[in-house]
Amino acid sequence: MAKMQALNCRECGKEYPTEALHVCELCFGPLEVKYNYTEIKQAISRASIEAGPRSLWRYSALLPIEGTPTVGIHAGFTPLVRANNLGAFLGLDELYIKNDCVNHPTLSFKDRVVAVALTRARELGYETAACASTGNLANSVAAHAAQAGMQCYVFIPGDLETAKVLGNLIYRPKVIEVEGTYDDVNRLCSEIAAERRWAFVNVNIRPYYAEGSKTLAFETVEQLGWQAPDHVVVPMASGSLLTKIWKGLNELHTVGLIGPVSTKVNGAQAEGCSPIATAFKQGRDFFKPVKPNTIAKSLAIGNPADGYYALKTAMESGGQMETVTDEEIVEGIKLLAQTEGIFTETAGGVTIGVLQKLVKQGIIKKEDVTVAYITGNGLKTQEAVVDSVGRPIRIPPSLVKFEQMFG
Amino acid sequence: MIKVRIPTPLRSMTGGKGEVESTGGTIQELIDNLDSSHPGLKDRLCDERGEVRRFINIYVNEEDIRFLTGKHTPLKDGDEVSIVPAIAGGSL
Repeated sequence: MAKMQALNCRECGKEYPTEALHVCELCFGPLEVKYNYTEIKQAISRASIEAGPRSLWRYSALLPIEGTPTVGIHAGFTPLVRANNLGAFLGLDELYIKNDCVNHPTLSFKDRVVAVALTRARELGYETAACASTGNLANSVAAHAAQAGMQCYVFIPGDLETAKVLGNLIYRPKVIEVEGTYDDVNRLCSEIAAERRWAFVNVNIRPYYAEGSKTLAFETVEQLGWQAPDHVVVPMASGSLLTKIWKGLNELHTVGLIGPVSTKVNGAQAEGCSPIATAFKQGRDFFKPVKPNTIAKSLAIGNPADGYYALKTAMESGGQMETVTDEEIVEGIKLLAQTEGIFTETAGGVTIGVLQKLVKQGIIKKEDVTVAYITGNGLKTQEAVVDSVGRPIRIPPSLVKFEQMFG
Repeated sequence: MIKVRIPTPLRSMTGGKGEVESTGGTIQELIDNLDSSHPGLKDRLCDERGEVRRFINIYVNEEDIRFLTGKHTPLKDGDEVSIVPAIAGGSL
């Protein structure tokens, strides 16, 4: 029997075949891959994983593909950095940074989900890759499609950072800049996906795509010596990443690789786009869509598809949600760079800012093993910090001048 | 009369029409009346407990009923009701 049994509606449970489907035709709930965990449990062990490739594919037993991976062979298995300096600054004994700034090949965690999505899309016979994106996803889809020899269409909002636009064009996909916000882009892509036989990784391939995020949880546990952390801090846009980290942790328990999971899953949003965190603070299990206004453009989703499940995950795990202002985001970026030498994009600034708040509030305690997820690279969002990092000190090529300045 | 906008996936139940008219003092009554004229529609909109399904958004004059009083939200003549499936898309 195959490890993937079906797609299941998360709401009403209706079963569908493992094809390019993402919405339940009966109740409009999202579909999710259903696995045969009994079979996976027999096939998987810590040793078999440790003997696997140094990429996210070492966990392929828990990923939704049928054959061997064909796209994104080197994605994942990024460093888990013991952040002693930042930990000391914040008052934490054991803080780690999961550093997806250096994911292969496009420097964000999206290389994980795209590796899984396009491998699956090819298994389903697709020849064209597409996505709706706030930037990082488009970069990753464009790069992987180029390598895989697939046609490619990426759809982005009209106000993206220069580096993220260039980071698409270089691979020569069709880059379609939609006049509007990400939510407008997403709605348009849902309509296009119904008309064309394209693999829209985060629309019709979404049930497979989203599973790739679980590998951030798998790697963290393995890199901590097969131990789940006490706290994780995760940035939220659609809310999918946070729910999949929780799912990944629990799957490792289900297949017998770790004991019961008591990790608290904390969500981070920018104040200028915080529909999920706002609902959480108000104690609601539903959210009000917003019009985003934040420098954290990669998190600027006003109508988050997995918002409900993100709220449920934080509540179930005993986690919290917090927000930070644009100024706090910039401070967070600088703090991580100046303590750990890691230059993250704005989403990482949100994560670090919220981490700092949760420590101050006493929610994350000194002795807690804590992991902050840094999902993207600062070189892609230079606009956010260019005015707050100072200028080089300019001198003529003269030793005397140098000694005058620094003597 | 209350104008009700029907999303594409449910138009097979309204004879292809994107907009129908109905009556009702609340959302719940409106859904019951819609079901009488278009049998089966209620099953698609509500779960077995009669609650509006989580991934169906209903708006009264552009306001989500979750921020009003849910299925008990009162309706008056001339109100416009939109039924919109929450699109499962998104990025991070």
